[in-house]
Amino acid sequence: MSVVTVSHAAVSYGGRAVLQDIDLDVQPGQVVAILGANGSGKSTLIRTILGLVPLEAGTVTLFGTPQRRFRQWARIGYVPQRMGAGSGVPATVGEVVASGRLARRGIFRPSGAADREAVRAALTDVGLLDRIADPVSTLSGGQQQRTLIARALAGRPDLLILDEPTAGVDAASQDAFASALRRFAEAGGTILLVAHELGPIEPLIDKAVVVHHGRIAYEGAVPEPAGHHAEPGHDHVHPHAEAERARICVAPTDRMPAN
Amino acid sequence: MVRALLGALIIGLIAPALGIYLVQRRLSLIGDGIGHVALTGVGVGLLLNQSPVLTAVVVSIIGAIGVELVRERGRTSGDLALALLFYGGIAGGVVLVGLSEDSSNANLMQFLFGSLTTTSRQDLIVIAVLGVAVLVAMLGLRQALFAVCNDEEYARVSGLPVRTLNLLMAVTTAVTVTIAMRTVGLLLVSALMVVPVAAAQQVTRGFRSTMAAAMVIGVGSAAAGVWLAGEVDTAPGATIVILAIAAFVAVTVGAGTWRVLRRRSAPGRQQAAAQLEPPEVVLQAEAR
Repeated sequence: MSVVTVSHAAVSYGGRAVLQDIDLDVQPGQVVAILGANGSGKSTLIRTILGLVPLEAGTVTLFGTPQRRFRQWARIGYVPQRMGAGSGVPATVGEVVASGRLARRGIFRPSGAADREAVRAALTDVGLLDRIADPVSTLSGGQQQRTLIARALAGRPDLLILDEPTAGVDAASQDAFASALRRFAEAGGTILLVAHELGPIEPLIDKAVVVHHGRIAYEGAVPEPAGHHAEPGHDHVHPHAEAERARICVAPTDRMPAN
Repeated sequence: MVRALLGALIIGLIAPALGIYLVQRRLSLIGDGIGHVALTGVGVGLLLNQSPVLTAVVVSIIGAIGVELVRERGRTSGDLALALLFYGGIAGGVVLVGLSEDSSNANLMQFLFGSLTTTSRQDLIVIAVLGVAVLVAMLGLRQALFAVCNDEEYARVSGLPVRTLNLLMAVTTAVTVTIAMRTVGLLLVSALMVVPVAAAQQVTRGFRSTMAAAMVIGVGSAAAGVWLAGEVDTAPGATIVILAIAAFVAVTVGAGTWRVLRRRSAPGRQQAAAQLEPPEVVLQAEAR
């Protein structure tokens, strides 16, 4: 039984087709990377699979159940690219990670020892246990990303879905959660991630899917980057990049390497 | 007098319990907006010779649900929608109250600024019952509400009933505003929801501790405000709000002073070793 099946999916945004005729299959235990330039639609694909964006055509099936009837959300751990906008009040790392237990527990039961244990285990896995009582606003960007991964891991999911986990993250944090992801995959978990630079995650990837202009352009082993995209440190930003929700508009800055 | 104190204490306890979620989502002015809408409800009640508190609750709930649905869609600019609500609410209320039989200015004042000293036994029972309901909802669902207000998309993917929880918060805001109408009045009710939270978060590190501290500050301001208003014969509602703001100033100044003193008394303390990126250029001259 496949974990995620997308069949002939199409998504539009404001009358413009963002994804067309997408087919994707993720088997249990696989680590699948969705690659593509900014504006290619790769983040939209993830958000469509999660039900955050409505499908215009086609179907999404999660763990063998059509998305519309799917209820076992605790089996999915979602790691968004950034902390949410609700930051008017301080929150500790522990409290943010604890909200990852709600899918398992339901909203009416109070939290118990099992929840506390899962939170501590998740934070240990990403190497942030010593910061459990610190406000998240005092963490670096990379540490906040690790907190979001811990939040997803706390629910003990079968499938982890990550949206650009390494974007703008310091090298130490990238290594820390590459290890966490490797342990998750070795324990039998399935991973679906969106990225445009893989870094230390690259050895984990079983299958790469490249999205280009809203369609699947390639599916197979991790491809070699082409042309000036192959330069390390190349900032993969193209003109007319789609200004995605809640992000600052990206200016066209396709930088050439400095030689 | 005891009834006035009890009413104030209940409001002082529950307003920050709700307000913390509003502040977290950066909707601190919603309480104000619903208060303005409630005034139209009061006007409707006075015009139709019904209980103004009851009609205010009904109109506020409709208004709050309307604001939530507009916010959810995300298309209309939130602040324009709120502006229409605020000014329409106040204007509608003033016109309707003027048209009713009891059209003296005093009547309007008591709804705008509170009339704690005329709290009847029935008023107190309504405040107590609704207050307990609000408290149970806000404390009992704390983890779920925190998740929704902290990261709504993540809450959605967790399978939480996000829309229901948002509507619950909207209805709770409407109910809290209308029962606080008696204490501090519609124009100041937002203060009790927001100022204790603002004061608390100057010194707290987490959500739970902020909520607890805000409720303590809320109750404290309410108690001290009613006592002080009795001593110097001022409007109790406004006095409560001034004390809450004084608490905010005191906590902010106190926390700032504490931080300065701590830094002075430990000058040689080592900074935690920052996790540095590996240097991107060769530092030694060997590569030449």
